[in-house]
Amino acid sequence: MAIETDETVLDGNAVAGVLATAFGLEMTDVPGRCAHCHTVSVVGQLRAWTRAPGIVLRCPVCAGVVLRVVETPTAILIDTSGATWLRFER
Amino acid sequence: MSIAPAPPARRPSPIAWRIATVTSIRDETTTVKSVTLSIPDWAGHRAGQHVDLRLTAADGYSVERSYSIASEPERGSDVEITVERIDGGEVSPFLHEVVVVGDRLEVRGPIGGYFVWEAAGAAAAEPLFLVAGGSGVVPLMAMLRHRTRAGARNPARLLFSSRHWDDVIYREELAALAAAGDGLLVVHTLTRSRPPDWTGYDRRVDDRMIGEVLAPLGAGARCFVCGPTALVEVAANALVRLGLPADRIRTERFGPSGT
Repeated sequence: MAIETDETVLDGNAVAGVLATAFGLEMTDVPGRCAHCHTVSVVGQLRAWTRAPGIVLRCPVCAGVVLRVVETPTAILIDTSGATWLRFER
Repeated sequence: MSIAPAPPARRPSPIAWRIATVTSIRDETTTVKSVTLSIPDWAGHRAGQHVDLRLTAADGYSVERSYSIASEPERGSDVEITVERIDGGEVSPFLHEVVVVGDRLEVRGPIGGYFVWEAAGAAAAEPLFLVAGGSGVVPLMAMLRHRTRAGARNPARLLFSSRHWDDVIYREELAALAAAGDGLLVVHTLTRSRPPDWTGYDRRVDDRMIGEVLAPLGAGARCFVCGPTALVEVAANALVRLGLPADRIRTERFGPSGT
């Protein structure tokens, strides 16, 4: 496990509100697969860099970028290219 | 041929901002206050979930912060958050110095589905091990209040790291919950200063401390860790080394972005 001691780094729980708004459902318990190291983590476990104009969510194992989120006054943009899949239970 | 009805939505619909009213404000410590919000059309929450708060200035500038809910689900739409004042922050000084009972605030929630514990089904009987650093205790307090209100008697332990004795959030209430004799033990560690007669832990959370406090609960415990990133890493790694399966350890990092 990558050791992260920077106190400004949070996790996916901290950005659950904007993700729920974008996806229309609760996202912290949704599993996804990192496109870089193929580890499966739930969104709440991803490391969150929030002190920037956008939010960067990284894999807790390899620190690769899994999701990027940018909010504008009219839209929420999400770059999912770092996730090979997200799994939503019916 | 027939058309099947649409299945019921399993998850909540998109989250709408609502106007909540502040119904009480209470000092917890010199730097921490609890604020109770009455939220209309509150659908109920689970212990460990958050609300987002949005403040908007006259010029349209707005900031959002996520706060863990401190109150138990049984309290319904009177939703309590506990806020540590962060000097230089944008939201917490406002909540500490400006907001008064009767004020209205924009809120959405409940949010979160990963860092939650419910005293239902198997979880109500399993040992519960909670590790908190500072105001990371807030979602864990919701779990402990819920545990008591639900009448659960599962073995439960809270290991709570604070800097000074006077910084211990919910100190009296935690003592009262632990004195109820329903299986809860609260263990404090004080990292900066101790009262003269202190016999408890006097250092940061480490592997040995986690091992000692966890031991009576065994490797079948369900674990929740919330606090600053460094504490969360130490505690989660210690639990893995002690043999707990990763899927029984849930973590939430709490940090200065929640200012």
